[in-house]
Amino acid sequence: MTTATATPSSASVSEDLRHVTVVSRKSALVLTVVTALMALLLLLSPREGDVQYRMGAEGDALRLPDVALPGMTVAWVCVAIAAVLAAVAWLQVRAERTLSFAVPMVFAVVLLVAFLSWAGAGSPQDFPVSRIIGGAVLLSVPILFGALGGVIGERAGVVNIAIEGQLLLGAFAAAITASLTDSPIAGLLAAVTAGMLVALVLGLFTITYKVDQVIVGVVLNVLVIGLTSFFYSEVLVPNAERLNETDRFAPVAIPLLSEIPVLGPALFRQSVLVYLAYVTVPAVWFALYRTRWGLRLRAVGEHPKAADTVGIKVLRTRYRALLIAGGIVGVGGAFYTVVSVSSFGKEMTAGAGFIALAAVIFGKWDPLRAALAALLFGFASNLDDMLSLVGAPVPSQFMLMLPYVVTLFAVAGLVGKSRAPAADGVPYIKE
Amino acid sequence: MSEDRQLGGDEVARPQHVGEEDAGARQAVLQADRTGDAEGRVVPDPDAGRWHDALRRVTQGSWAVSVGAVVLAVLAGSVLIAVTDEAVQEASGYFFSRPSDTLAAVGSAVGSAYAALFRGAVWNFQADDLAGAIRPLMNSLNFATPLIGAGLGVALAFRAGLFNIGGRGQMLVAAAAAGWVGFGMELPVVLHLLVAMAAGIAAGAVWAGIAGLLKAATGAHEVITTIMLNYIAFYLVSWMLATPGLLQAPGSSNPKTPPMQDTAVLPDLFGPRYNVHWGLVFALVAVAFVWWLLNRSRLGFTFRAVGENPAAARVAGIDVPRTTVSVMLVAGGLLGLAGATQVLGTVTTGFSSDIDAGIGFDAITVALLGRSSPIGVLFAAILFGAFKAGGSVMQASENVPIEIVVVVQSLIVLFIAAPPLVRAVFRLPQPGERPARKPRSRSKQKEVAA
Amino acid sequence: MTLELRGITKRFGTLVANDHISLTIEPGQIHCLLGENGAGKSTLMNVLYGLYTADEGEVLLDGVPQRFRGPGDAMAAGIGMVHQHFMLIPVFTVAENVMLGHEQTLSGGRLDLDAARERVREIAARFGFHVDPDALVEDLPVGVQQRVEIIKALSRDAKVLVFDEPTAVLTPQETDELMGIMQQLKASGAAIVFITHKLREVRAVADRITVVRRGRVVGEADPDSTDAELAALMVGRAVELTVQKEPPRIADALLEVSGLEVRDAKGAVLVDDVSFTVRGGEVLVVAGVQGNGQTELTEALVGLQHTVSGSIRLDGTELVGRSVRQVLDAGVGFVPEDRSTDGLVGAFSVAENLMLDRTDGPPFVRRGVLQLDELERFAAAAIEEFDIRTQGTTEPVGRLSGGNQQKVVVARELSKDLRLLVAAQPTRGVDVGSIEFIHKRIIATRDAGVPVVVVSTELDEAVALGDRILVMYRGRIVGVVPADTPRDVLGLMMAGISPEESAA
Repeated sequence: MTTATATPSSASVSEDLRHVTVVSRKSALVLTVVTALMALLLLLSPREGDVQYRMGAEGDALRLPDVALPGMTVAWVCVAIAAVLAAVAWLQVRAERTLSFAVPMVFAVVLLVAFLSWAGAGSPQDFPVSRIIGGAVLLSVPILFGALGGVIGERAGVVNIAIEGQLLLGAFAAAITASLTDSPIAGLLAAVTAGMLVALVLGLFTITYKVDQVIVGVVLNVLVIGLTSFFYSEVLVPNAERLNETDRFAPVAIPLLSEIPVLGPALFRQSVLVYLAYVTVPAVWFALYRTRWGLRLRAVGEHPKAADTVGIKVLRTRYRALLIAGGIVGVGGAFYTVVSVSSFGKEMTAGAGFIALAAVIFGKWDPLRAALAALLFGFASNLDDMLSLVGAPVPSQFMLMLPYVVTLFAVAGLVGKSRAPAADGVPYIKE
Repeated sequence: MSEDRQLGGDEVARPQHVGEEDAGARQAVLQADRTGDAEGRVVPDPDAGRWHDALRRVTQGSWAVSVGAVVLAVLAGSVLIAVTDEAVQEASGYFFSRPSDTLAAVGSAVGSAYAALFRGAVWNFQADDLAGAIRPLMNSLNFATPLIGAGLGVALAFRAGLFNIGGRGQMLVAAAAAGWVGFGMELPVVLHLLVAMAAGIAAGAVWAGIAGLLKAATGAHEVITTIMLNYIAFYLVSWMLATPGLLQAPGSSNPKTPPMQDTAVLPDLFGPRYNVHWGLVFALVAVAFVWWLLNRSRLGFTFRAVGENPAAARVAGIDVPRTTVSVMLVAGGLLGLAGATQVLGTVTTGFSSDIDAGIGFDAITVALLGRSSPIGVLFAAILFGAFKAGGSVMQASENVPIEIVVVVQSLIVLFIAAPPLVRAVFRLPQPGERPARKPRSRSKQKEVAA
Repeated sequence: MTLELRGITKRFGTLVANDHISLTIEPGQIHCLLGENGAGKSTLMNVLYGLYTADEGEVLLDGVPQRFRGPGDAMAAGIGMVHQHFMLIPVFTVAENVMLGHEQTLSGGRLDLDAARERVREIAARFGFHVDPDALVEDLPVGVQQRVEIIKALSRDAKVLVFDEPTAVLTPQETDELMGIMQQLKASGAAIVFITHKLREVRAVADRITVVRRGRVVGEADPDSTDAELAALMVGRAVELTVQKEPPRIADALLEVSGLEVRDAKGAVLVDDVSFTVRGGEVLVVAGVQGNGQTELTEALVGLQHTVSGSIRLDGTELVGRSVRQVLDAGVGFVPEDRSTDGLVGAFSVAENLMLDRTDGPPFVRRGVLQLDELERFAAAAIEEFDIRTQGTTEPVGRLSGGNQQKVVVARELSKDLRLLVAAQPTRGVDVGSIEFIHKRIIATRDAGVPVVVVSTELDEAVALGDRILVMYRGRIVGVVPADTPRDVLGLMMAGISPEESAA
């Protein structure tokens, strides 16, 4: 990261200078290590038998046959593919080119399949593929909205550690409102408002009072946990029936699309919030890269003073971005109490906001990539259920740990070189 | 000083027919630094500087602001207590016909809540004898014990410009290690305790060291990595607690350890009547150690140099990545101390994965309230320990959920972080010459220069 | 459009940056604002542009008082500015930068990038240069970036154009091209404010000259004035920069640099195949326009650069590949270019800063413990010896004036047992008294038989201090010449023309 006020380019880089391309080896190294670890797992703990993938769901118009494959073989094939991808990464290093984002993404999916095949080998239970994907999509919803909000905020120059707090307050507000009104839509709107409220406080302290954004974010999380837990014990528990029992959004099947084999039920027999996610991702992308709002927002995040000198109101732009982002995160918060379950519980978001933050970084501050990362993390969260289904030999704690380990790897280098918005985290102060 | 501040003087006048670039701009930066910065410091490296600057503003502000922040936060807590009190709600139903009822109800609700807090935290005026009366104070010290070590861990990292949010993970890992030695090993008395403590400290250090290493080697931001390591530690310890042969008590299916052996338990400090244990002594030693480290040792000098201006530290031959790792090791060790005293002193009957009790996060607020100084951390920890001790009494006797303490704590820190806000409320003067102006920080000075 | 500034006063705390400044700028004129660095020119223009609010005074356009609450208002009124530090977003394209702030949109709120591209091409064509509207600004050379700034201002139909120190980062050739553009603008009827401290440029283009000193207008000058007259007005008194020194007495010590190459993280070669030697007892000045690899060269000497190849030998010992600590331990003293960033910890006391790079052992550290008494004694002596004006050893160094801060750095580095001194811009932003003092100490170090490398962008300093002068351009050595080389030859060398050609 560079300073907000740095000159756009150092005077020394010029056409006359020789240029040698440099490429980071980190990504290739990480891919290699992870592949080796997977291979080691397969070697040390081989499992007999077939792994079964159930391709259809009951009531499908078109039903694909189920697949049973020797688990170890599939796993080894996947490891081989992973090895090839790692080799590609090394070739890219040698060819002095930067690794495309697709390679680590594909790598992650392949390794996931390898792992599932190993874990499911010999199990009498089969993996319901539709349910795995559908569940992952559903679980990724709060992460995805959180990540989109994070991307918008950071693109405008405000680091938002308080995504977790926004999700939690959103869930809380949605629970109460939806319970009182018997309307999940009202709950959703309340969650949006709650997300914006946290954003407003974040903005007040970081934009107006220029307090360090990380500190405010961390403290806001604690504050929201305290407040929601306080009101939960004091108000929600005694009046649970009136205040903490929501009607949830029922899944809606989209005609035709939901009939696509495997993917149809997974992607198009979902809650309204999932469809909202499908729409929001491209919408945020479009808004960021193709509209005046987005251009100005990114200018403010990169070089606020330059934006100021062309008459853009930096602070106002940041406030607006933060509020919109807060609203989007709020939608993710509503997921917990009007989609997932029908009541609020203490600290029920359980760190999803931090995974969202990781998705922002993993996704290189880009809405599409961040959404993909959120999906990946949703998948990892979903793995736990899947593996307990087949009675896998891996303790559930390790599955639950996976998103965080993946993120740790990601921030340590799997993402390769990534550049945060230049003025990300820097308060803008003018006379 | 006034002479130094008389700028635009001689320094400006110099022949410069060829001298190019922005020497003038730099000069103006320096001038602005001195005229503009309330603390009168030259602000270091632009990149890391802004972050350290902001951190410094939060960690080294004036004490008046701290007190103001505590008062404001307690007031806000009162509002919460009042609005959720049933008597107040009832009376407010006819507020306009008899407002005095509402006010009386508010007064009674808030008054009795804080009375309970005081009774639970400082002095039990309902007790029969002196020993009973000071029991709450002892409770507060007991709650403060882990907060001291943990707060020191966060504060030390702050001083080196690092934000250690990983207290929870470091404490959990430390608790697991100390606990494993504490119940699983057979060692002579004293030695057993020391080995267990050392194991906890080492485990905390290693866990934080991972974040330090990642930062040093790859530049991964410690805020992200320590958050991730919190969750990894939680699930790791959860797994160990659920696995027979590791931490799980034999013959039990609960995710809980067996009780510590007597040889590994921290003895009571003031006899069996109070639950204050020798962990407090360890914590106080840690305060002295951190003070010495920061102010008298080479290592601490490099920590501070890196924290204040990493660029200058690097130019001065200080190995910044290595310092980062060292800082995290020591910080993690301090949080490890907190984790170890939890299992060897506070909860000796066996622990589960909630042993950290939120202390890792409380530590951040303790460090911020304590302005990242060892002595400040000590007092902040005692204050928050008192809140905790009082909070449970408040919950038991007045039915006010203990989470109110979390709310008040986080509000304190928020208010501390925004001195202009507190100053505006209490009409405190701005440090430096000009009253009531927004603090000026680095980027503005650059603008002044441009 | 006629621009008039009346009685503008702007204060920063106790510093009066502008003291009742009045100016009138007529259309079709180039009005030079001449003044030393720090005289308050840029502050004045930031007031004009709405970035600062003046404490007193007013801005009038065609006789109408204006109230600018921000740059947006100034721009709407027809004032455009080419900033000293370009106000461009590096990761945006040229077209995006030009349209920013007054974007046209299509249906659905889409940005009309085609219109912006067209506008860029059209304005560029008007001035006969080419700029690719889709190029990322960060990939463009500095001179082209500046043109983007000009296009940006013109795309908003600016009638008054302010150029704030526009030539600071340009090569002489680029400077000439810029002058051409300014003449064209003038011919089209624009009112132009040209802020500079370079006399040659002033005399080349100015129609009127206003001289500013210490925040005040000290007078108008005729464009035909001689350099000496202008300089006298600008500086206020004649200042001579000479350093008393004997001819070098060459000692045994030896710094040999050969085939040195430094690359940045992106792979740009910033120091390209640089070889030279410095012997004990002589000062080699590395001269050149800022940003031609001098900074990176000194950093490489001290071990601060990561990707370095080639060889740096100090008395036969290879320094490439050593850590900063090891290089310093080998007896290298280093005065970094930017003291507040790299040389000092502002919040630390004078004493602490005096031991900043000596934390690894005696006298200030024994068995890992600070020796505060020893440090106190040393600091008190250094304050005395180096004439550091401070309230005491415990005063935070950030409170000292620039000159005294620099003396702290110099005191620290020169108190060591030196085998090589590397000083980058040792007198930048330092008052005249301190300059003399620092120069004297550097010469004393040379006379003690230590090889000395000084980087300076100021020809006066280079000539005064150096025994030999090495000129760098675009990371390469243009030539190494004796200090008595004529100045015009040195000037041409700084533009990349070899000494043989320059002399011809």
